[in-house]
Amino acid sequence: MTAAVKFSGVSRHFGDVRAVDSVDLDIAEGEFFAMLGPSGSGKTTCLRLIAGFERPTAGTIEVFGQNMGDVPPYKRAVNTVFQDYALFPHLNVIDNVAYGLMIAGQSKSARHKTANEALEMVALGGYGQRKPSELSGGQRQRVALARAIINKPKVLLLDEPLGALDLKLREQMQEELKDLQKKLGITFVFVTHDQGEALSMADRVAVFNEGGIAQIATPRELYLHPQTPFVADFVGSSNVLPASFVQTIVGITHPASLRPEAIQITAQGHAGVVRSVNFLGSATRLSVQLDAATVTVLCPLSDTAPNVGETIHLSWDGADMHVMEGVDV
Amino acid sequence: MSDTFLGRVSDTLWRNPSLLIAALLAPPVAWLGIIYLGSLFALLAQSFFSIDEFSGLINYEFTFKTYGELFKAYNLDIIVRTVTMALAVTIGAAVIGFPVAYFAARYARGPWKALFYLGVMLPLWSSYLVKVYSWKLILAKEGILNWLFETLHLSWLLNAYLSLPIVGGNSLSVSTTGTFLVFLYVWLPFMILPIQASLERVPHSMLEASGDLGATPAQAFRTVLLPLAFPGIIAGSIFTFSLTLGDYIIPQIVGSSRRFIGQAVYQYQGTAGNIPLAAAFAVVPILIMSLYLWWAKRKGAFDAL
Repeated sequence: MTAAVKFSGVSRHFGDVRAVDSVDLDIAEGEFFAMLGPSGSGKTTCLRLIAGFERPTAGTIEVFGQNMGDVPPYKRAVNTVFQDYALFPHLNVIDNVAYGLMIAGQSKSARHKTANEALEMVALGGYGQRKPSELSGGQRQRVALARAIINKPKVLLLDEPLGALDLKLREQMQEELKDLQKKLGITFVFVTHDQGEALSMADRVAVFNEGGIAQIATPRELYLHPQTPFVADFVGSSNVLPASFVQTIVGITHPASLRPEAIQITAQGHAGVVRSVNFLGSATRLSVQLDAATVTVLCPLSDTAPNVGETIHLSWDGADMHVMEGVDV
Repeated sequence: MSDTFLGRVSDTLWRNPSLLIAALLAPPVAWLGIIYLGSLFALLAQSFFSIDEFSGLINYEFTFKTYGELFKAYNLDIIVRTVTMALAVTIGAAVIGFPVAYFAARYARGPWKALFYLGVMLPLWSSYLVKVYSWKLILAKEGILNWLFETLHLSWLLNAYLSLPIVGGNSLSVSTTGTFLVFLYVWLPFMILPIQASLERVPHSMLEASGDLGATPAQAFRTVLLPLAFPGIIAGSIFTFSLTLGDYIIPQIVGSSRRFIGQAVYQYQGTAGNIPLAAAFAVVPILIMSLYLWWAKRKGAFDAL
């Protein structure tokens, strides 16, 4: 089966800035694929390369086997949900949603009928006559979504679509996006800097760092077995134990990742001093200074949290410590 | 502190914000209300008087007779000529100004932006008369344009154009085309700047979204960019249209002997001493602009303001 999107050695340089640097990528048809990374890591540029707003400096991009090298955005079977939604302020909601069909030359009645169905799908039936400026952020987001799916794209690109929403709305939209993707069966490529969002929604996640891909894996794999210290830190805020410390425990000189919730406070084990205590609600986060490293520990709500300055002992199951053998000291 | 006089004034103003607003607005409202609108109404009133054809004295009785004068063929001719010129200048300025404004809003950064503003504004720094006379030199029979056409062996083309009725003439400097070119030059900045300001407010993602949804660049221009820039074009056109309607110096210096509204006003109130007819002529641009603004509002040009 041909990949929905395939990057082969794709680079995009802006002068000296290597926004995207020789990226290889395969996104399968029907997949919910997340591109995760801090700002400036190249994830948005990758999305814009698929949409055709940027052209690669080197390498090739294929969408369903077709080379996109000389294909302008308006001839690509991909649609985008923009970060700022980019709704047309001079058109009302129904004409915004029907825009793609209008361009395709459909009659007004036909395109309004389809647009109304799309609005129903995003739970905005009856909002057609409003102007985008009269909608809330969450509603605009849905209009942008309806507008992007009306052309029945083969790939839907979403550029931090939930970034501007408040927490509760964001969680609700995450669910709805997942449902929508299942219903439509379209390949979703989703850009986000929120690791929680990526892990909870995506089938697979590509973690971007400095223009390249640090790791591509399922959320579970990514969380349990990060391959680089960057991934360990960025995804799930794992502790990265230095190679020298790992050497004293398992005898291998590589850094290792250790999730905060895998560490227990015990009567015996690695001794350390509590440097800070932060109550998070569901747990208490401790920062503990060991001899060789500072680690973050999540202490469950049921346990009594120690005080700052107290000396405690930590231990963990060897299986939870993931040695990053691909990474040198 | 609050015991001093100024302190008590400050306290009073703080407690009664409307007093402060009233104090701030009084001078400009007085200016607008009395001097500006007052003279406008004085003008309006004049247009309802008439002139006694034998004595040349003004007859201070209410009449529509003077407005009737406007509809005589030679006066109507002046009005039609002026409105046509104002329309042509406005359309010409929009067509030339849009790409300049688009470049400035989308691509010009740093020193290029400064260069743009300098280039657009620089002509405004020199005297209006100097500019118009310079154009007379450029357009004259011995001028640089004629020389250019001769050097390129294209004089026949220029002559063929000048032999056309209405737009032609003995040379460009005494043709209606010459008047048009100078109007276009002088008012162009007033078209570019509002369009640039309106394009500046159009996020680039609008055009990307349009292309993303299948619109070719031409379709994106027609369905997204132009409607969003429309308020700017209307704002610019209000300047170019009304400035052209009222100007009497440019057609005097560059152009044929056929008169424009401004010249008619100038002559009727001056040498002819026919203040009522001059006033009636002056009301024409006001009426036309009111109609134009009403039309623009209906078209939604001010919705985005």
